[in-house]
Amino acid sequence: MLGQVRSLLRYRLLIQSLVSRELKARYRGSVLGFFWSFVNPLLLLVTYTIVFTRIMPGVHSPKMEPYYLFFFCGILPWTWFSSSLVESANGLIAGGNLIKKVLFPAEVLPVVTVLANLVHFLLGLPILLLFLAWEGRLGPAALLLPLPIAVQLLFSLGLALGLSALTVHFRDLQNILGHVLHLWFFTSPILYLYGEVPGTFRSLLRLNPMSHILVSYQQILFDGSFSHGPQLALAGLAALLALAVGAFFFDRLRDTFAEGV
Amino acid sequence: MTAPAVLARDVSKVYRRFVHQKQFRTLKSALLTGSLLSDLRPEETFTALDGVSFAVPQGATFGVIGENGSGKSTLLKLMAGITRPTRGTLSVEGRVSALIELGAGFHPEISGRENVAINGIMLGLTRKQVEERFDDIVDFAELREFIDAPVKTYSSGMYARLGFAVAIHVEPDVLLIDEVLAVGDEAFTRKCLDKIAEFRRRGKTILIVTHSLGLVEKMCDDVLWLRHGRVADHGDPKRVVDAYLTYVAGGEERLMAAGQGQQGAVADAPPADTAPVEGSVHGYRPGRWGSREVEITRVRLVDSRGRERHVFVPGESLTLALSVRTSAPVEDFVFGLGLFGSDGVSIYGTNTDLEDWKPRRLEGEAEVSLVLEDLRLVEGTYLLDVAAHRKDGTPYDYHRGLYSFRVKSRIKDVGLYRPAHRWAFSGGIELLAPAPRPELDLQEDDA
Repeated sequence: MLGQVRSLLRYRLLIQSLVSRELKARYRGSVLGFFWSFVNPLLLLVTYTIVFTRIMPGVHSPKMEPYYLFFFCGILPWTWFSSSLVESANGLIAGGNLIKKVLFPAEVLPVVTVLANLVHFLLGLPILLLFLAWEGRLGPAALLLPLPIAVQLLFSLGLALGLSALTVHFRDLQNILGHVLHLWFFTSPILYLYGEVPGTFRSLLRLNPMSHILVSYQQILFDGSFSHGPQLALAGLAALLALAVGAFFFDRLRDTFAEGV
Repeated sequence: MTAPAVLARDVSKVYRRFVHQKQFRTLKSALLTGSLLSDLRPEETFTALDGVSFAVPQGATFGVIGENGSGKSTLLKLMAGITRPTRGTLSVEGRVSALIELGAGFHPEISGRENVAINGIMLGLTRKQVEERFDDIVDFAELREFIDAPVKTYSSGMYARLGFAVAIHVEPDVLLIDEVLAVGDEAFTRKCLDKIAEFRRRGKTILIVTHSLGLVEKMCDDVLWLRHGRVADHGDPKRVVDAYLTYVAGGEERLMAAGQGQQGAVADAPPADTAPVEGSVHGYRPGRWGSREVEITRVRLVDSRGRERHVFVPGESLTLALSVRTSAPVEDFVFGLGLFGSDGVSIYGTNTDLEDWKPRRLEGEAEVSLVLEDLRLVEGTYLLDVAAHRKDGTPYDYHRGLYSFRVKSRIKDVGLYRPAHRWAFSGGIELLAPAPRPELDLQEDDA
């Protein structure tokens, strides 16, 4: 794994330019262009605000008011997470031409996917901060924001590496993944408060690293006070483990990519 | 002696071949049976390369030839580092640039300019180096006016040109080329060949995988012939190409199978893009027959400098040199030649009798040469009949279609015969004269 980290450092220029290519290519040809990075989370926000304040008002506890803002704190990082996984599951196959025809370090592809989505997340963040400031909730705790971002980055990278490698041989994963992520979304505290989940289910939620990452975002941004540090540290360890396992699978299967994709 | 640029020791590459059922095995079943990793261990395998060893000295131009599926491209991919050998070791010194598929890394949505930058970085340049070489790359690709358009709007020729331009400007120490020169028009192919020649002069190592045997003979210092993943022959281009052609034309085997069992050396065979010799519409089938009282033991095609060749350009001289032998003195003999197109259409035929040469005596060994002073043929592959027979036509030794040569020309004129000609214009007409370019110079190795 150390070797992989070193090789990633060696390829940082390549990664950098591929990330910027990814960002440029994504909205090329659309009228709003780069603004989609801001518009997308806004539209998502509008949809959920309508659902939870007009259609189903009162299903959430008063602690989560203003609800749209609470939801925004969770959905933004979740979008980064889920689109990273969906795209990287497809990544090696989509980049098959590179792997088969050019001497190309395959691990760069999932890394680029995760990083490009991180940039989208970071571009959406000012909108969130703006609304937080509007509601008078933006406090000094927001300075801790890099902590959950770092943990989530490691966790996403690990899963992306493992997923992209396995999908080359098990294309079924692409289909399964959507459903897994759907389930994962509802079993992560995005729509509801982590602290209000009933007993047994809560211990299940506790095993989910994303729970702690999301709770950290909510505390840092929404509550303005951060007490979830130890749990986030544990999630960080889990993220490192995921990275190690992902990198292991990736390395094991690396030689089969050129033939498998 | 410096270390070789490429050193292969007993290299084997085994591909797994999926059985239908396995290919569609699901993750679930793999997880349930716990065979996740063992599934990735193949049961059915296909050996693409088997114990291949060779060394390419630095600065050499090295050709790899062989039929489709003989392992050429696999070898190139191994050298490029895209896949690793299953067994054996393969080392390559210095920066490698592989022209396997031109523009493989291009993203269709973004501009040529951005793609050049990213492709250059992908091939190992720094951002600064890309900037420095950017103008050269664009000029070489002749795409200046389109460089800011997304590459999805490019034609396939433009795409390939840009890909070639980037790859060649990476300044590799070792350049790997896989049959990519087939893209683009004649002018661009010519430009690519010039660039490759420049690489040679600057002492870079070049590996070419190609079906173009003329190119191999012309450019390579050393040729490796792969057959079914093994080294069939390795060494002097002329010799290896000849051996390969003999094999491809299947001359010996086919004749033996036909029960004639005689020696039939085949000098050249049509490359992949021309029609196969056998089974042609005119019923023209290669073969050899006759009493052998006079035997044609060897047939060579030589150029004006007496060197044996198989690719000629229009206007060159071609000498057909026959070595003949007779066990008992003969007084009735005629030597003849027939020239045919690759589809078996007769183009020209003559013999000593028709041209009124009176035979006196033939004894022991002799040489018969026919000099075609000025080869007025269009580009294509041509087959030769040579024969020794009596004046009444009874054959001593008739070789039908056993020899062939190729004519290579910059001008893609058509037909069977190229008369000496020139254009003349007068009055209210204006044309720009073609650039004075020499015909493909197949002798430039000597320069």
